[in-house]
Amino acid sequence: MPTESVYAHVNLESNYRRRKILNAVMLSLTGLTVLVAVVPLVWITVYVVIKGGKYINWALFARLPAPMGAPGGGVLHAIEGTAVMVTLASVIAIPLALLGAFYLLARPNTSLAHGLRFSTDMLAGTPSIVIGLFGYAVIVVVQKHFSAFAGGIVLAIIMLPVVLRSAEEMLKLVPAEMREGALALGSPEWHAALKVVLPAAMEGIVTGVMLGIARAVGETAPLLFTALGNDNYEIGKIVRSGIRHHQSVGKILGQIFAQPADALPLTLWKYAQQPYQERVQQAWAVAFVLMLFALGINILARARLAYRRRKLYG
Amino acid sequence: MQPETAVVKVSAGAQPAAAEADTKMLINGVSVYYKAFRAIKEIDLPVYENRVTAFIGPSGCGKSTLLRSLNRMNDLIPGARLEGEVLLDGENIYAPGQDVVDIRRRVGMVFQRPNPFPMSVYDNVAFGLRLLGLRKKSVMDEIVERSLRAAALWEHVKDNLGQSGMALSGGQQQRLCIARAIAVEPEVILMDEPTSALDPVATLTIEDLIQTLKEKFTIVIVTHNMQQAARVSDFTAFLSMDDDRAGYLVEYGPTMELFTNPRKKLTEDYITGRFG
Repeated sequence: MPTESVYAHVNLESNYRRRKILNAVMLSLTGLTVLVAVVPLVWITVYVVIKGGKYINWALFARLPAPMGAPGGGVLHAIEGTAVMVTLASVIAIPLALLGAFYLLARPNTSLAHGLRFSTDMLAGTPSIVIGLFGYAVIVVVQKHFSAFAGGIVLAIIMLPVVLRSAEEMLKLVPAEMREGALALGSPEWHAALKVVLPAAMEGIVTGVMLGIARAVGETAPLLFTALGNDNYEIGKIVRSGIRHHQSVGKILGQIFAQPADALPLTLWKYAQQPYQERVQQAWAVAFVLMLFALGINILARARLAYRRRKLYG
Repeated sequence: MQPETAVVKVSAGAQPAAAEADTKMLINGVSVYYKAFRAIKEIDLPVYENRVTAFIGPSGCGKSTLLRSLNRMNDLIPGARLEGEVLLDGENIYAPGQDVVDIRRRVGMVFQRPNPFPMSVYDNVAFGLRLLGLRKKSVMDEIVERSLRAAALWEHVKDNLGQSGMALSGGQQQRLCIARAIAVEPEVILMDEPTSALDPVATLTIEDLIQTLKEKFTIVIVTHNMQQAARVSDFTAFLSMDDDRAGYLVEYGPTMELFTNPRKKLTEDYITGRFG
């Protein structure tokens, strides 16, 4: 066999020259792509801040809406509605998602696990308005009224796959040896999962939960069919009236969930199409608040993730 | 600083390395920082041509960091910074304007865990050749075969070059990675604990291979295993961790001397297994 060098058959210099040109071209192209990706975000943020920032005032957070066309008023009803529905959604979705994620960790290859993964992926890909329609059909139609309860349920359905799959990913990042270490000490599976794997994955799971909440807060479409909207939704009023009529805590809570409710994105959507200048301005203010919330939660979540990485890998 | 063409006399022993050798690389006052943390400090060390140089020392003493500074793999770690210089044939590879791609072509690397690409055995070896711009199939076939032969793998894979590189056994995977590295004819091959993930039989094959490879290549090997350093290397550098957790060079010399007649107490303690 001839022992000729590969360098007798290639022109290293021209190869390197071509490579460097290609490198420069691709680097500028990717740099350009970064710009293209960043510009819309910056643009939207700046635009919303300019348009909405100036209409932020105390009344916005403290008052119910003023009558149509009248100046003043706020969106307290939407803030409280969002809080009630997202809380309900979180209380339902987060424990379910964590239990599901633990199942996927403990029995990753059973047909149930494959089914769970497949269905959460499908659920995550389902248009949210379809989920809203589903909530309308099985809750609103059956109960014969719109409610914060129905809104909370559809938001839970939307949150579930987001939190479940991110929790699964985070749990998978925990080295198997760690779990095995606990099992080898005679720890039952639930104990190892709860005491060793969960704490190790906690930061990441919290991040996933926060992103799930941000997603639920921003949803509009599914609430159209379920929570409907309610200009007079005010928890304080419900509680005060309940106390006046000597109702039990359960009854009062039931009232809070049974009424139709508003939500920030829902209010934004409705106000933006009204002919009154006051309302349009408030729509911008709501957009500003939502934007701040979504950005804030994302930045917080990412900062936590970065912190966790630094802690784990030095 | 030692002259670039330093010549050392190696005490005659069982190893045929006892001959004069040219300096291939020269590590010159090298400190490596990860952000504020200094991982290794002020290391001076020659690497002789067609010899095997081993880095030994306890965990965390910076052996791998030092090895990776020889082909600028540390560039890939965010926050990593190097002070001092590393000369390859008398030229500082960290000098501005140096082409890092060309340096890595000249200074190849084999990693701790075999890392064949997810493609056929043939394509694994052809990978670097295609990077060089080699197109001619007949030449490619020839060099792939030659490289696999040199890595003592040809007999095992010649009937099925299309099988996935990841389907091979661990030892075979590592030899595939060696074949892949030598296909582009580097001048120096860095090996980062190349046998620590392998069983004793596969380890022996790789060690034998290193002995034949050094006829053509200069080899630098990091190993946890002192017997391995004694078996395969001509020169050994013993690194340890200082009180500030920075790795430093304790002793360097011909392997025979370092193992039979260490100059430093610390070296003696380490090679006799009293610490580390």
